[in-house]
Amino acid sequence: MNKIYFDHNATTPVLDEVFEAMVPFLKEQWGNPSSIHWAGRGTRKAVEDARESVARLLNCTPLEIIFTSSGTEGDNHAIKGLAYAKKDKGNHIITTKVEHPAVLNTCKHLQKDGFDVTYLDVDTDGLIDLNALKSAITPRTILITVMFANNETGVLSPIKEIGDIAKEKGVTFHTDAVQAAGKIPIDLQKLNIDLLTISGHKLYGPKGVGALFARRGVRLVPLIHGGHHERNRRGGTENVAGIVGFGKACDIALKDMDREITHLKALRERLEKGIAEKIPHIKVNGHLEKRLPNTANISFEFVEGESLLLNLDMKGIAASSGSACTSGSLEPSHVLLAMSLSHELSHGSVRFSLGKSNTAGEIDYLIEIMPPIVERMRSMSPLYAAAK
Amino acid sequence: MGRKRVMVAMSGGVDSSVALAKLKDEGYECIGVSMQLWDYSRKDDARGGTSGSCCSLDDIHDARAVADRLDVPFYVVNVEEAFSKEVVDYFVAGYLSGQTPNPCVKCNQVLKFEVLLKKALGLEADFLATGHYARIIKDNGVHKLLKGVDPEKDQSYFLFTMTSEQLSRVLFPVGDMTKAEVREYARARGLRTSDKRESQEICFVEEPSYADFLSSRVSARAGEIVDASGRVLGSHAGLFNYTIGQRKGLNLSGGPFYVLDIDTAGNRLVVGPIDGLYSGSLIAREINWISESAGRAFSEGGLEGISVKIRYRHTGVISTIRPFDNGMARVDFTEPQKAVTPGQAVVFYMNDEVLGGGWIERAIK
Repeated sequence: MNKIYFDHNATTPVLDEVFEAMVPFLKEQWGNPSSIHWAGRGTRKAVEDARESVARLLNCTPLEIIFTSSGTEGDNHAIKGLAYAKKDKGNHIITTKVEHPAVLNTCKHLQKDGFDVTYLDVDTDGLIDLNALKSAITPRTILITVMFANNETGVLSPIKEIGDIAKEKGVTFHTDAVQAAGKIPIDLQKLNIDLLTISGHKLYGPKGVGALFARRGVRLVPLIHGGHHERNRRGGTENVAGIVGFGKACDIALKDMDREITHLKALRERLEKGIAEKIPHIKVNGHLEKRLPNTANISFEFVEGESLLLNLDMKGIAASSGSACTSGSLEPSHVLLAMSLSHELSHGSVRFSLGKSNTAGEIDYLIEIMPPIVERMRSMSPLYAAAK
Repeated sequence: MGRKRVMVAMSGGVDSSVALAKLKDEGYECIGVSMQLWDYSRKDDARGGTSGSCCSLDDIHDARAVADRLDVPFYVVNVEEAFSKEVVDYFVAGYLSGQTPNPCVKCNQVLKFEVLLKKALGLEADFLATGHYARIIKDNGVHKLLKGVDPEKDQSYFLFTMTSEQLSRVLFPVGDMTKAEVREYARARGLRTSDKRESQEICFVEEPSYADFLSSRVSARAGEIVDASGRVLGSHAGLFNYTIGQRKGLNLSGGPFYVLDIDTAGNRLVVGPIDGLYSGSLIAREINWISESAGRAFSEGGLEGISVKIRYRHTGVISTIRPFDNGMARVDFTEPQKAVTPGQAVVFYMNDEVLGGGWIERAIK
C-alpha cells in the first residue's frame, strides 16, 4: 500500500541533511557544552552555531534565542515566565479562543493562580477583531498571547497590527509561531513581538527541541531552574544533537522558503479545487487568503471527520482533524466551534497539511479515492437522505 | 481481497482481547477499536486510572498494547456524546423516575450495536465483533441469539435488544468458550490482559456507590418511609438511594423491612415484610422479538412455557407471555418471583435461545 503523508502540521519527517548533521553528536561528539575542556568545546560551538541558524530564520540576534524541549515548553515558559515576572504590575492576560492547548491550558492554570484571562472571539474566518483586542486592554494587562498561524486551519493572525497595539499600550506580546516558523517569513526586526515560540519537529528537524525568542530586555522567571545553561534562563544540559538538527533544519527552511511556498500553494489549490469539483456539500474552513500555504481544512457535510480519517488511514493516507485526546481519540475542534461552524460541520472536518515531499500525483490519488468514501458514509446518514 | 474484514470492539479486558486474537488466528482482517466514553482530561470526572471498570484510560492502553502485539491496527473512537446522552442520562433519569435502570444493556444497544456497528460498516468491515459470552447461529437462513456456553458467564441477557439485521453483522468469538478457556487462550498468545481482573458493576460509577454518583448530579429530596397501609415509619434521604428488595440502609426499628415500592409521585418509600416482595406477574414495555416466529406467536395470542429471566443473575422462571395494552407484554410466572424491579430487563428464553425481551414497567402482586 502506498503511504501518503498529509499531516505536516502534526509533525514532519527529519530531512536527510538534518539527520546527517546530528549523527556526530550522538556518538563522537558527546562532550558537555558547559565543560571548559576539549571535550566540551566542539559541542559548545555546535550549539552556538545552531543558535545563529535559528536567529537567522527569525531575523533576531542569537542571544535572544533560548533552546527548549518543545513548543509546549516555549509557550509555558513565555506565558508563566512573563506572568510571574510582572505580577506586581498586573494580573490580566489576553488570548484567543483558538489557541493551541499549550497556550490555552497554561492560561487556564494561571487563572487558578489569581490571574484574569480574556479569551477573544474569532469571526467565521478565524480572525480576531482588533478593536475587541484594544478594548480588552486594561491598566492591569501584562500579556497578550495570540498565535501566529492556527494549527488546524492555518489562518494567520494580524501579528503586525497586534504587535503595534501591544507596543503602544506597553503590553508584552507573545506569539506561538510553532506552525508558522519555517513555512512563511518571520521578520522580528519588523514585527513588535516580544516573545515567540517555535519547535524543531514542525520544520523537518527532530522532536524534543524547540526555541523561545525573548526580545532583549524582556524579563522572564525561568520555568526550569538549574545550572547556568542558556544564560540562566533554562536549566538542563543541552540536547546537543537535537539542537544541531534544529539549526540545520532552520538553515534549510530559510534557503528553500520561497520555492516551498510556491510548491505548497499549488498543491493545496489542486487539492481544494479537486475536492470541490468531485464532492458536493463541502466547505473550506478559515480565511482563504490569510492562511499558511500548506493547510487545507475542509468540512464534509453529513460525514464524521473521525470515520473519514480512519477510512483514509486504511488506504494509507495520513490526515488529521481537531486534536487528539489522551486516549488517542479525537476531540471536537474548539477552533472550528469558535469560528461558529455548526456542530455538524465541526465534526465533519478534516485537515490536510502538506509538505515538501508531497506531489501532484499524491493529491490526484486523494481526489480519486475520496468521493466514493464520502458517498458511502453519506449514504449511511439519515440527514443526508433528508437533504437530498 | 477475499479476506473478511472485522472491527473488534476492545474494552481492554481479556474477553475482547481473545476475541481479537481468535479472529486474527482464523484469518480475518482485523481492526481493533476502543471507545472513549469520557473526557479523561477532566479531573472531576477522573475515570483516568480506574481499574475494575471497562473503557478507562488504562484499559484503552491495555487494548492498544494487545492490538499492537497482534499486529492489528487500533483506533480509539470518541463516543462521549452518545454515551453521555444515551447511557448516563438514561441511567440518571431511570433512578429519578423510581426505577433501577440497566445501563449495560443500553450501552450494548446503542453504543456497540448502533454507533460502533455503523462505524464498522463505514470502514467497509463485514462484521463487528465483541467479547460477549453469547453465540449467534444461522439456522435455516435465520440468525438466532444463544446463551454463551459458560453458564457462569453467559451474557445473553444484556443483548436482548438486538435485531436479526444486527445479528447478521456481529460476531461473538468467545461465546463458545468458558472463561477459563479464554484466559488460557490469552496466556498462550502472551496477551497482557490474560489475568486481568474482571470488570465489576457499572463502569462509570466510580464513587463508593451509584447513589453517590447520582448525588453529584442531582439533588436528593428527602421524604417519608411508609408501610403498605400508609403508616409513617421513618424518613428517606432521596428515592434514588433505594432499589426494590433493599433491606440495608433503611434505618428503621423493628422489621426486617424490605423496599416494596418506590412511589415517585408521593416521594414515598413503601416498605414491608419479605412476603410483600413476591409478585406473580409483571408488565414489560418496548418488547423486542429477536425470533420472528416467537414474535408472531406473541401477537397471535401469546406464548407458554417460556423461561424468563428478570435480572442478570436470575435462574429463570417458566412463564406465559401475552400481549398487553399499547404494545406492552404481560408475563405470568408459574411461581411468584421475588423483587421484580422496574427498569431492569426481562428476557425470554427457549432453552438456549434468546427469543426477545423488554423492560420491566411494573410488577403485579
